[in-house]
Amino acid sequence: MIEFQNVCIRAGDFQLNDVSFEVGSGEYAVLMGRTGRGKTTILESLCGLRRVQSGKIMIRGMDVTHWSPADREIGYVPQDLALFPTFSVAEHLQFALRLRRFHTTQIEHRVSELAEMLGITHLLKRQIEGLSGGESQRVALGRALSFRPTVLLLDEPLSALDAETREEIQTLLRTLTDNTGVTTLHITHNAAEATALADRRFHIVDGQVIEKSESQTQEAEELDSPTG
Amino acid sequence: MSEPTPNRTAETKTKLKRRRSDLPFFLVMSGISSCFILLIVLLLAADLMFTSFEDFRAAVMKPEIQSAFRLTILSCTIAALLSIWVATPLGYLLSRYRFPGRLLIDTIVDIPIVLPPLVLGLSLLILFHLPIGGWELEAWLRDDIGFPVTYRWPAVILAQFSVSCAFAVRTMRVTFDQINPRAEDVARTLGCTRGQAFLQIALPQSWRGMIAATTIAWARALGEFGPILVFAGATRMRTEVLSTTVFLELSIGQLNAAVAVSLLMVVMAVVVLVVLRVLGTGLTS
Repeated sequence: MIEFQNVCIRAGDFQLNDVSFEVGSGEYAVLMGRTGRGKTTILESLCGLRRVQSGKIMIRGMDVTHWSPADREIGYVPQDLALFPTFSVAEHLQFALRLRRFHTTQIEHRVSELAEMLGITHLLKRQIEGLSGGESQRVALGRALSFRPTVLLLDEPLSALDAETREEIQTLLRTLTDNTGVTTLHITHNAAEATALADRRFHIVDGQVIEKSESQTQEAEELDSPTG
Repeated sequence: MSEPTPNRTAETKTKLKRRRSDLPFFLVMSGISSCFILLIVLLLAADLMFTSFEDFRAAVMKPEIQSAFRLTILSCTIAALLSIWVATPLGYLLSRYRFPGRLLIDTIVDIPIVLPPLVLGLSLLILFHLPIGGWELEAWLRDDIGFPVTYRWPAVILAQFSVSCAFAVRTMRVTFDQINPRAEDVARTLGCTRGQAFLQIALPQSWRGMIAATTIAWARALGEFGPILVFAGATRMRTEVLSTTVFLELSIGQLNAAVAVSLLMVVMAVVVLVVLRVLGTGLTS
């Protein structure tokens, strides 16, 4: 489903060399690694916001390396969410569908379905100003899932949330991805998140993406942590 | 015996520190700031005291000044609208993209800001009258297009636009710098082209900046004098704008009329600033 074949990416003062990994259809993959190791860079090149120097990126068996972000049909939730300040919550959920020229009734139906799934029906008419962290996260998720993408990319979606909200969103993520069958790549540096969500775990080590088992992830976490 | 002295000294020091007031800070800051405010207020007060209501009325009733007033309003508005039309895409490109020659373009935009106004007017005049292999811009516009520019009202607008657009570009660039580009990135993953992301995501967020840029462009156009004098001349009833009026009245010794027109310009500037500011807060609230 998602496949990186010997991808090289330069970003600022670091370089990712020969990155190769594969996530199967409908799998929930977690990508771990310490800050500044290129996790976000990998997500950005996957959704087309960053050019790769060499190698191939395949989605659904198609080579999308040189495709524009709009053509890739990937739902992306960046770390800062980047909600649209002039849009209401409902407009966020409608946006991608309007771009695809869906019929108004189809859009309305999809928005109410999504809002119910995310528990934000009561927020639909609100502007995004004044939404809580958890609410904003749900809106960003809804916006990314609105057009039924086959791939969902999440950049540290839980890091800015308090413990209770984090648990809520974590459960929501698992339910959403199970229900929609979307292939997910989730960035985090929290091993507990990986344990709770991941079907597969990848680590960035020395500019390479390596798959590790759950026990290896915990070991790596202990080594990475400042007290470890 | 214990030695409490150092501790006690520290305590006293803390108490002294805590008792220190913020008053000197505010006195110094507002003292320095008020120098400038006072200067402007005194300037306006002196103008007001110098002229009388009768002088003002007499000046405003003059057909030359009424014609200059109309041309000023019209030319400033057109120059400001043209400026914002150009400044929005240029400001966006400069803010969002790193392309070859960007630094050069950035510098070129600033040239009208740093150039002495008379030099700008002179340069415009030369540009329109420079023969290039027997071809001349002004002659071509006059004879072939039927739209002569130099020493006519289009020259007034072009002279105003040359300067006010540079200020508008600066404002729009800062506006887009302050808007998070991630939102446009996400919009592109949702299916937008770069054009749609600009029109639907960035542009609606830049309202406040666009109003500020229009205000600045309008105000700059109102104050423009040097380039207009050189490039458009100061023909009464034809290319005379209010800033030229002040100069013309002054040159024939009509100090009262000059001051009256100056006050009229102050009122116009204040009205435009207030209207646009109210409009700005109305749109963003």
